[in-house]
Amino acid sequence: MATRSTSRSKSPKRPKARKADGTLEQLCASKEIVVTCGSGGVGKTTTAAALAAMAAAHLGGKVLVLTVDPAKRLATALGLEEFGNVETRVPEELFTAAGVEPQGELWAAMLDTKQSWDELVRTHAPDDGTREAILANPLYQNITGKFVQSHDYIAMERLYEIHASGRYDLIVVDTPPTRNAIDFLEAPERMADFFSSRLLRWLIAPYKSRLYNAASKPFYLIADRILGSQFLADIAEFFILFQTMYAGFVERAEAVKRTLQDPRTTFMVVTTLDAAPAREAEFFIDALESRRLDLGALVLNKVLPEYFINRGATGVARRLASDPAAVAVELPAELGDPALVERVLREVGESFLNYRVVATREAETRAELSRQPEIVASVPFFESDIYDLAGLLRLGEQIWR
Amino acid sequence: MTGDDRELLDRRLLFVTGKGGVGKTSIAASLALLASQQGRRTLVCEIDAKGDLADAFESGPLTFSPRELAPNLLGMAMDTEQSLREYLKLQLRVPMLGRIGPLARTFDFVADAAPGVKEILTVGKLCYEVRERTYDLIVVDASATGHVIGQLAAPQAINELVKVGRVRDQTRWMVDILSDPAQTAAVIVSAPEEMPVSETLELAGRLKAETDVRLAAVMVNKVLPELFGRAEEEVFHALQRPVTTAVLADAVGSSVDQVGPVLDAAQLAVTLRRTRAGHLTRLRDELSGDVPLMYVPYLFTRAHGVRSTRAMAEALAAEIGY
Repeated sequence: MATRSTSRSKSPKRPKARKADGTLEQLCASKEIVVTCGSGGVGKTTTAAALAAMAAAHLGGKVLVLTVDPAKRLATALGLEEFGNVETRVPEELFTAAGVEPQGELWAAMLDTKQSWDELVRTHAPDDGTREAILANPLYQNITGKFVQSHDYIAMERLYEIHASGRYDLIVVDTPPTRNAIDFLEAPERMADFFSSRLLRWLIAPYKSRLYNAASKPFYLIADRILGSQFLADIAEFFILFQTMYAGFVERAEAVKRTLQDPRTTFMVVTTLDAAPAREAEFFIDALESRRLDLGALVLNKVLPEYFINRGATGVARRLASDPAAVAVELPAELGDPALVERVLREVGESFLNYRVVATREAETRAELSRQPEIVASVPFFESDIYDLAGLLRLGEQIWR
Repeated sequence: MTGDDRELLDRRLLFVTGKGGVGKTSIAASLALLASQQGRRTLVCEIDAKGDLADAFESGPLTFSPRELAPNLLGMAMDTEQSLREYLKLQLRVPMLGRIGPLARTFDFVADAAPGVKEILTVGKLCYEVRERTYDLIVVDASATGHVIGQLAAPQAINELVKVGRVRDQTRWMVDILSDPAQTAAVIVSAPEEMPVSETLELAGRLKAETDVRLAAVMVNKVLPELFGRAEEEVFHALQRPVTTAVLADAVGSSVDQVGPVLDAAQLAVTLRRTRAGHLTRLRDELSGDVPLMYVPYLFTRAHGVRSTRAMAEALAAEIGY
């Protein structure tokens, strides 16, 4: 296995007014984990895959892209029938076919929440009986399968597990499309809090000891009236079982948290310049900062070309839109019917002006967002979708250097 | 499809959902505005309190208590803890609410521990307002794809999990409201891009399989205009030839450097439109035939906020057939 130095210690945090002068190549060379975050629909998964592909191609070592909800097309692009919970190597021929001699290996895996939870239970359950009882519990199924929070936690947990195994030189993680953008950052902590909470013990107490705490009575009265006592007993049973794994869980959650805070871990915020995702990106940037997590890079996706805010071009477009007839008569007759030519010229001019409105708005958003991180990369509006590894690498080239 | 989808807003409860980034909130806001403009007393409710809905009306933060956004239009943000308080007060007539102590902590616990509690408090509040007939229409800026299934399926799921108790009685009438297509429906907002189309198809399938809520329409947002017909496109290609571009530059009294980007921009617009048309075709082909498909044009607007909400409401009115 090719190795590259990961011992390079990170220089102490530079003062705030940093210049955007680093590259994603440098970032990937100096980190072991890149956590990709951003709101849904901004091309987060594709960007994560493109970055991992570039790292495998140019930096060497073993690179893993750990994704949450990949498009079928992404799996196809990576030459995999479909992603599974098991890490799978992306065939080297795909790189060769794309005209790249890869320095390292690219691996991919998808996060299967249910399977990951089951594995976690298997790791932490004290005995076979408890393990089977938990796995068979209908509430367990519900919680692991449906709770958003459980997705958040398990993503970070899985990341920790893979990182600790030392199997990879670089792991690029795509985060779940969280409802609340910072959920997954707090997930390990909340999970630990939850298992150590007094309320949990409080609720379980009567089922454990039959000793009702007088203070807890009103709670049970209400809970009984709302939920029915059988259901409440089911919950309690589930948590009594789960509590046997308490120590292991809390310890793990702490370790996951430390991994996220480790200087070898960095975060990459991905966004488009649309108002809503951009606002969420800003929120993310602040959230990372307040948690003292490393914001390594900001990637702006689907950015309109700069020519839209070019003054000269705008003048031309205005002329075409406002007086296409005067321009049409100056053009060679063989172009076609003057009325037709006129219509084309007007469309060309108006279309430019339409997109210019959007490009102007985007430029402002961009200026707002770009103040913070060290590395800002932007990806142009690709004219077609990405269907293969070559496409991913093409995207990667845009942000790499 | 134009002209025969008027019953869309004649329901009482409309869940607007879709993948992140497709403009779900903008569509929900515009639908609500349109309904209120037509004289319906309308409530628009944001489920994920991210503040996007408040932005669409430039109203300042929304709270659990509705506030007026426009004539006939009120807005609120869902808050499950408040919903529980209201429920305890109204339904159970729990007298010692003040003495329960730290309800918030208890609530957090119950909500985290018991599956579906947050979901049921969300849907329960909405169904309650439907039952009380406080509004003619409630438009819900619902959770994104995936979570919304959990919410809509919650009453039924709880019905199955909880065999006895107050909750079971409560969920029955919710199921009645949710499963009545004359009262309740879902709208999926999509966009002519690969992932949104895939998720729309998947969500449409899951809505049918896992919930009792009728899918009333799929609205494709951000549909780009067709720039050229076939004849126009030929002229355009001719203009792109360097010789002709140079003549064009002379004709507008400019240089090739400045005319070039304008032609490139038109080319980009044409290509984007074409790529997206492919995704639209897939959506049309694979979506069940009885679900109306509506198109909302991409709005090249300077700003977000109430002006673009109004513009979109106009576009929706045209598409729905008002």
